[in-house]
Amino acid sequence: MSDFSNKWIINEYRKLRQAVVSGDRVLVLKTVRQLLESGVDPLRVVNQGLVSGMDAVGNMFRDNEMFMPDVLMSARAMNEGINLVRRIRRTPARRPLGKIVIGTVSGDIHDIGKNVVKIMLENGGFLVYDQGVNVEPRQFADAVKKHKAQILALSAQLTTAMLNMKTTIAAVEAAGMKDKVKVIIGGSATFQDFADEIGAHGYAPDASAAVHRCRELLESNSCGRQRGPNLKIVK
Amino acid sequence: MDYKPVKTFNELAVKSLDDFIYGIAPYPVTAKNGMVIGGGAVYPEINMTLPPITVDESTMPEVRKQYAEMIEGILKRAKALHAPGIIVELELLPPTTIEPKWGIEINKILREKMYEYEEKYGLKSLLRCTPNDTREIMRPPLMRRGDLLESIFTTFEKCAEDGADILSIETTGGKEVHDEALVTCDIRKAIFALGVLGVRDMRFIWSKIVEIAEQTGSIAGGDTACGFANTALALAEQSMIPRVFAAVDRVATVPRTLAGFEVGAVGPDKDCGYEGPYMKAIAGVPISMEGKTAACAHLSSIGNVAACVCDMWSNESVQNIKLLSAPAPVVYTEQLIYDCRLMNEAAAEGRSYALKLRDWLADSDSRLDPQAYVLRPDIVLEISKELVKEKDAFIATKKAAALAVDVLKRGMAAGEVQVLPKEKKWLDIISSQIETIPDDWQEFWHEMQKELDLSKWRPEEYDLEVTAAKTASAG
Repeated sequence: MSDFSNKWIINEYRKLRQAVVSGDRVLVLKTVRQLLESGVDPLRVVNQGLVSGMDAVGNMFRDNEMFMPDVLMSARAMNEGINLVRRIRRTPARRPLGKIVIGTVSGDIHDIGKNVVKIMLENGGFLVYDQGVNVEPRQFADAVKKHKAQILALSAQLTTAMLNMKTTIAAVEAAGMKDKVKVIIGGSATFQDFADEIGAHGYAPDASAAVHRCRELLESNSCGRQRGPNLKIVK
Repeated sequence: MDYKPVKTFNELAVKSLDDFIYGIAPYPVTAKNGMVIGGGAVYPEINMTLPPITVDESTMPEVRKQYAEMIEGILKRAKALHAPGIIVELELLPPTTIEPKWGIEINKILREKMYEYEEKYGLKSLLRCTPNDTREIMRPPLMRRGDLLESIFTTFEKCAEDGADILSIETTGGKEVHDEALVTCDIRKAIFALGVLGVRDMRFIWSKIVEIAEQTGSIAGGDTACGFANTALALAEQSMIPRVFAAVDRVATVPRTLAGFEVGAVGPDKDCGYEGPYMKAIAGVPISMEGKTAACAHLSSIGNVAACVCDMWSNESVQNIKLLSAPAPVVYTEQLIYDCRLMNEAAAEGRSYALKLRDWLADSDSRLDPQAYVLRPDIVLEISKELVKEKDAFIATKKAAALAVDVLKRGMAAGEVQVLPKEKKWLDIISSQIETIPDDWQEFWHEMQKELDLSKWRPEEYDLEVTAAKTASAG
């Protein structure tokens, strides 16, 4: 490949990343199409353009430079780009980083914080199974088993509900899932010392931290997968 | 069944900016023991909750002990500091509402101790009973039927019979749609959630609460848009959504919260309803507010401005944990008493001093945050004056949002309010979204049916008929 081509491709990757950051779906689709038509490896289009752009979005959100609706627009643009790659190159869907069961524990009906974390986890590449609010320990344990989740994410806003996180961890252990799932907790009632006290593997004070912590947990987990889109090209 | 307003507010209850002041409401409320709210003095309203504990049959002895300890400490401190009176709010938790007998028991524990302090020491006090809106436990929720709703009404009724003076609740009708509107900053959905769903649910549930209040001789206090605009406030404080969106959303909650007063509530409005100043301006009811002394419960940028026109001053909620001096609810009682003492002392010197303090409270916050700016007393009156011209709550909701955008744009241009550069475009985005909303609610509902996930809530629970699908299939 000539220097000119290299420079052009690098420039197009940059453009694609920026289009994802801006949530510009039209520019994302146009750039993806141009790159594929030029014979660029679809995996690179996804990794170096689309996913890399979404990583930048994640960092900007963490640093309070972007709002949630901006993140959602970016995620939508990225997903449309990935879908276009799949359609044109007949590639399978992006494999998730890992599976997470999420919910608000029994005795608490607060929803939105948990929903925001769910959105951020999904945009961070995880497959998330939302159990809703006021979820009984047994339901969490069953969901972890059913979905073969590697992470269980528990939320509580009420001081009168937070102890149900401990009960939930006990239920998961009783179901024989102790070594198979990592538990992360969050919500305004919770804190790191409490997470340590009840035997959770992690605590996240906000949605961005939750994504980061879940990635760390997966990397520390023998059954976790490596980070990355793992897009397999069908020849 | 259509729950129609029994009162309409066609003009402002507060006639001028100089009459818009803390401690004085156009229509004060007098309780059974003679305490008058909005009659000249600001009273502290203390709210407390349990430390980490699971509430069930086995832990109820400890729960009773906790509440007994909290109320004793609160009243003892109020007496020691010569409080002219105090309001205690019992904000029940989901388990103590679902099992009405537990909430009723706790209500009794508090009320009996309060009677005792009034009889023995002359410390006047009022108990506000606030059951949890547990309807949202079920997804999609049943808003107008079912055991959860029955438990709420039973709790109200029995607690009122046992001496609860003021009845309040933080209702959640429309939250099913509003939560999504917040995350995506979609003002169309927010206006639908508040102006159509919220107003309908408020009329339904407050008609019943007013009935209970009339039967039991208690006071139908009022609601709060806590589940709506306070969620926006919390998301804005975490930089998840623009503060300007939270500010516009706050003003858009006004017709929804006002719906409670249109069906007979009389105040004092609930503390966490930061839209309270609009209630006072329009309906003339006394209001409870929370601000800097609610830092125990959450961060906000409106800690001072919230006090400008309050009639009761609250801490939102604090759990019963031991601090250096005393348990937290006792400590917060003391702080509230001192806050009120200062406001009342300024007012005792004369109206001009109270107005000066009010303006300091407003100016110290309003330049720094759009959410504070829309609570500035002159801005509240300006927007309220336009809102009372609208007879239809849905149109008023749309208008409230549009007026908030205009006021914020003007304030920014005049250098009266700081808005972060990354937020500025959002006022134009919100404006253009509002422009797409038709004035006819039925037309809007028809449009929204295509935009909303109807599996997440039940239109029939709001007396709404799904027509879009029928039209599509007919076509």
